[in-house]
Amino acid sequence: MSAAAAIREVNSKMTWAGNFYRSAIGKKAVMAATGVILFGWIFLHMVGNLKLYMGAVHLNEYAHWLRALGAPAMPETGALWLMRIFLLVCVVFHIHAAVMLTKMNREARPVGYRDRDYLAASYASRTMRWGGVIILLFVIYHLLHLTTGQAHPNFIQDDAYSNVVTGLRVWWVAAVYIIANLALGFHLYHGLWSMFASVGWVHPKYNSWRRTFATTFAVIITAGNLSFPLAVLTGIVR
Amino acid sequence: MNLKIHVWRQKSREAEGGFVTYSADAISPDASFLEMLDVVNERLMEKGEESIHFEHDCREGICGSCGMMINGVAHGSRGNGLATCQLHMRHFKDGDEIWIEPWRARAFPVIKDLIVDRGGLDKIIQAGGYISVNTGSAPEANMLLVPKAVQERAMDAAACIQCGACVAQCPNGAAQLFTSAKVSHLGLLPQGQPERKERVLKMVAVMEEMFGSCTLYGECEAVCPKEISIDFIGRMNRDYLAASVTTAKKEKVET
Ligand code: HEM
Ligand code: FES
Repeated sequence: MSAAAAIREVNSKMTWAGNFYRSAIGKKAVMAATGVILFGWIFLHMVGNLKLYMGAVHLNEYAHWLRALGAPAMPETGALWLMRIFLLVCVVFHIHAAVMLTKMNREARPVGYRDRDYLAASYASRTMRWGGVIILLFVIYHLLHLTTGQAHPNFIQDDAYSNVVTGLRVWWVAAVYIIANLALGFHLYHGLWSMFASVGWVHPKYNSWRRTFATTFAVIITAGNLSFPLAVLTGIVR
Repeated sequence: MNLKIHVWRQKSREAEGGFVTYSADAISPDASFLEMLDVVNERLMEKGEESIHFEHDCREGICGSCGMMINGVAHGSRGNGLATCQLHMRHFKDGDEIWIEPWRARAFPVIKDLIVDRGGLDKIIQAGGYISVNTGSAPEANMLLVPKAVQERAMDAAACIQCGACVAQCPNGAAQLFTSAKVSHLGLLPQGQPERKERVLKMVAVMEEMFGSCTLYGECEAVCPKEISIDFIGRMNRDYLAASVTTAKKEKVET
């Protein structure tokens, strides 16, 4: 499309929401918004799981509480489903935007360099795409493993504690959890920093704070999540 | 010093290109990178071969003409804020092999050898990188007061020489650093206010037709010969988001 046609399109097209999401900057803002929601959720998820260290009764009580959240005003698991649907919508937008932007970026450089060197791009920033794919595959496996149980040989309905312990005792399952959560850590290390720029919250006064924020939460979430398979493997939790 | 250089040679836009290896012997460490190429070219011409084509003009880092990928880094200075013409051979060691490639992006087709068509950047400027003023006698300079800090930020953005290194270095082939510098240098100043929203919407729309999107890798900032900060990208995002939320359809039509 010619530049003039592009301008005309901006002048005429659709509602602002449609226009907004069609632009790459809009997509990045949506990625930042959905990303920060997923981050909030994953942080709470990690904190909730710390109940593993308080024993079976506590963890199972917590699992049951999540299910009954909102009752009796809502049907049992009602609030839980609302939350699940909301998170799913976030995941769909986050991934859709990532795929569209990746396509756009590939097309912008059809011929690469023989030799290229990176001066500033961190490992985390360069692995956002593959890291994202690893996280997605892991989330699917994780749901089949500890939520629905199809991927768990000793699954006991309503006994989250035992499912975690018997599940993560298998060395390769623990390895999958460890690798995926390292990938999540890298994803968050870049994402929690870059999301501020995506929505325009940059200022020399706060830039170092952005880095601290991203590093701190990436480390806390990764450390917490890695501790579960490690604790089961070493027999600290059994 | 004696060097071996591998240079991308391509006869025309349509022709297939490839690397050709030359020896660049007896080069002074005080020569600039372009002077090293000049020496190689003189020797080629003496032999009746076609010289290596590259773009250059001011040779002092202000025009933005020169620019090539040197060992996988745009302008080759690795974070020192230099354009190719300001890079000196003392940055290299005797016996080094140097790979020299043209900028690569869909929007930057190779014209010949190391020369690419950077017209895509001009299209972004045409879309809104200007202010509309009445011509006539110059207005009194002190009519519009601009705080010093704002002037300086605007000047930091205005330092962009449109060389295209940001696009060349970006893994996404994005022109965000360039566009954000242009959007910001006008958007920060009072003269740029009337067209501020329209400007960012149009410049971004045209940019996105040709270039990639930003992942905040920070590569552009690291190679920019004018050391323009990626904070301008955040600023452009903010301007763009605000403009798309607050600009009604009708306002956009009247252009
Ligand atoms: C499920 C599969 C996922 C995929 C495929 C994916 C992919 C991506 C990609 C490609 C980016 C960078 C986009 C760009 O700058 O061009 C990104 C950014 C981000 N991701 Fe993900 N991601 C996934 C899951 C997650 C999860 C579970 C979280 C939160 C816990 C998350 C949080 C973020 C954040 C905060 C950003 C920063 C957004 C920005 O830069 O504005 N992502 N993701
Ligand atoms: S020749 Fe003018 S900037 Fe290098």
